[in-house]
Amino acid sequence: MTGRRVPRLLPGLTGTRRVLVTAVVLTVLALGGTFLLDPFRNFQLATAAAYLCAVAGLTLLIGLSGQLSLGHAALMAAGGYGYALTSNALTDAGLDGLPRFLASLVAAVVIACLLGLLLGLAAARLRGPYLAGLTLALVIALPAITSVWSPVFRGDQGLQTAYNPVPTALERLIAVEQWQAWVAILVASVVVTALTIVRRGTLGLRMRAVRDDETAARLNGVPARSVKVAAFTVSAAAAGAGGAVLCFITQSVSPGGYTLAFSLLLVVAAIVGGLGSIGGAVIGSMVIVVLPWLLGAGTAALDLPAELEQRLSGNLAVLVFGALLIAVMLLRPDGLAGLAGAWRRRRARRGGSALPRAATTPPAAADSLDPAGVADTSGHSRTIPIER
Amino acid sequence: MDRLAFLLATGLARGAIFALFALSLVLIWRAARIINFAQGAMALVATYLAFAVTGLTGSYAAGLAAGILGGAAVGFVVERGLMRHAPHSSPLSGIIVAIGLVMVLQSLLGIFFGPQYRPMTAPFDETPIFVGDVPLLSPYDLFVLVAALAVMGGLALLFTRTSLGLQLRASAFAPEVSRLLGVRVDRMVTIGWMLSAAVAALAAMLLIPTELGLNPHSTDILFVYAFTVAVVGGLDSPVGALLGGLVVGVVMSLVTGYLGSTVAPIGVLVLLVAVLLVKPGGIFSMRQARTA
Repeated sequence: MTGRRVPRLLPGLTGTRRVLVTAVVLTVLALGGTFLLDPFRNFQLATAAAYLCAVAGLTLLIGLSGQLSLGHAALMAAGGYGYALTSNALTDAGLDGLPRFLASLVAAVVIACLLGLLLGLAAARLRGPYLAGLTLALVIALPAITSVWSPVFRGDQGLQTAYNPVPTALERLIAVEQWQAWVAILVASVVVTALTIVRRGTLGLRMRAVRDDETAARLNGVPARSVKVAAFTVSAAAAGAGGAVLCFITQSVSPGGYTLAFSLLLVVAAIVGGLGSIGGAVIGSMVIVVLPWLLGAGTAALDLPAELEQRLSGNLAVLVFGALLIAVMLLRPDGLAGLAGAWRRRRARRGGSALPRAATTPPAAADSLDPAGVADTSGHSRTIPIER
Repeated sequence: MDRLAFLLATGLARGAIFALFALSLVLIWRAARIINFAQGAMALVATYLAFAVTGLTGSYAAGLAAGILGGAAVGFVVERGLMRHAPHSSPLSGIIVAIGLVMVLQSLLGIFFGPQYRPMTAPFDETPIFVGDVPLLSPYDLFVLVAALAVMGGLALLFTRTSLGLQLRASAFAPEVSRLLGVRVDRMVTIGWMLSAAVAALAAMLLIPTELGLNPHSTDILFVYAFTVAVVGGLDSPVGALLGGLVVGVVMSLVTGYLGSTVAPIGVLVLLVAVLLVKPGGIFSMRQARTA
């Protein structure tokens, strides 16, 4: 969605309208893509779309406002529980189908929003490590919270929700997994589009200003605290939507699904993809769904002794993710999305054939003159300038 | 009343361990301005080493010594091999590299040693001594208290009475000036990491026999509680770490004793939120200059 290839197709479109058109095109492509996948792949795609909501929110929070949250799993859990509780209450009231889903989704987002607002109010007073520790404590306390109020949250067992069948109009056309993927993709695209608009708008600009120099931002009249709180709330809402989608796919929510390890996985996705970049969030959430599955398939194919395979099963993926996180941080702080950008720039510099406009103006200048491209090029937290 | 006295006494012993671990976090914070989220995992590597050495030699003391030295070695490797190369452009990059390190170390431990809990036996009796009719500390608790206080006293002497301590303090507070005056700041940062990792290893080795046992995740909770302690005390203040540790230890012990062990993490969360909302930099933090 950050791509500069789009103006070539639709040069007349700029700003928010371009974002919306791009979003619709990409969503339709993704929905169509589900016809090419088998049920398990569609389930993976739905999971990735649910993660994408949370990762996109997190990448906005860390990349743009510079606040590190290790507790986004807890915010997703808040969304999941909000969805499950509302959905069960509505089922008891006799409601089902689309109205039940939408109402539950809205409730999930509202509850996650409220929790995010509370955290954000605390976060606005805290510096990096303090906030990271507070959110860490929240994730650690999550199982305790669900078991202390077990009449509502039912402890470790968690909540089950009603099954959502494929609508009758589509029954002959698609399977359940594909329907779930559709819903997940639609929710994710709404969330991601909203985040993209926030990122390009005034709030995004203010977030960057506060991240880079809080004092300078305040002196320029930016209300630093409100901006930080807003960033946290927006990011929490996105995570809540992700939790709701995950609960929709699996029909259950339990504290076991939202551990510290999962929280760290979201951070890995945000950073490996590229901080602050929405496209990076897409790459990152694909990576955290596909890589463990690939590694599992790989070790299964190697025909290892049973005990070694058992030890490798959960740990190998964590090892690779940890190593990836360190490698990206040390070598390419702008992540995989930055890698793609650098490649585009190199191509443009070499031949100029990749970007037609480069024939008349140097590519770097063309980028900065493009009114829509300005927000893009300055938007990433590219701490290391790539144009040398 | 007996129960209260018992809970207070065990809370103090547990708090001393939290204080020790929190002190190790404060040491790194002062030396390198990093909250080392990998501290628990690093201490765990040292604890596995101690476990192996004790198993081979049959001596608890040999294991303890090996663990502390191993902890220092891990600190050295992590600082020289990793943290030194973390980009300094953003204060978050150090934290993120440390989180990656946690994942790498824990999964490696899981691959090499498996997920099962290994019993680590305490060198002393764990049944409480009765004073009159009131059960108080066990001999092991006493050993923990004495060891923790001795290490803290030793560190206080090191920092306030020796030339090395002066150099460590100088390079932490004013690296540029210290470098001009001939202090090898890089070396001081490395020594800070080694000291800190060794202290953390000791804290982990003292706690694990009383808690669940040795497992690739046994220090997760210790880290969270110790972090709470360090924040409650103020990240810059060793005295804050000591007092904060004792307070958190006693609070946890009371909450666990009267409300059940599941409530304890919530108690910690509430304490953390309350302190941060009132004093965002911790109780013993220094006054910050106005920023705007």
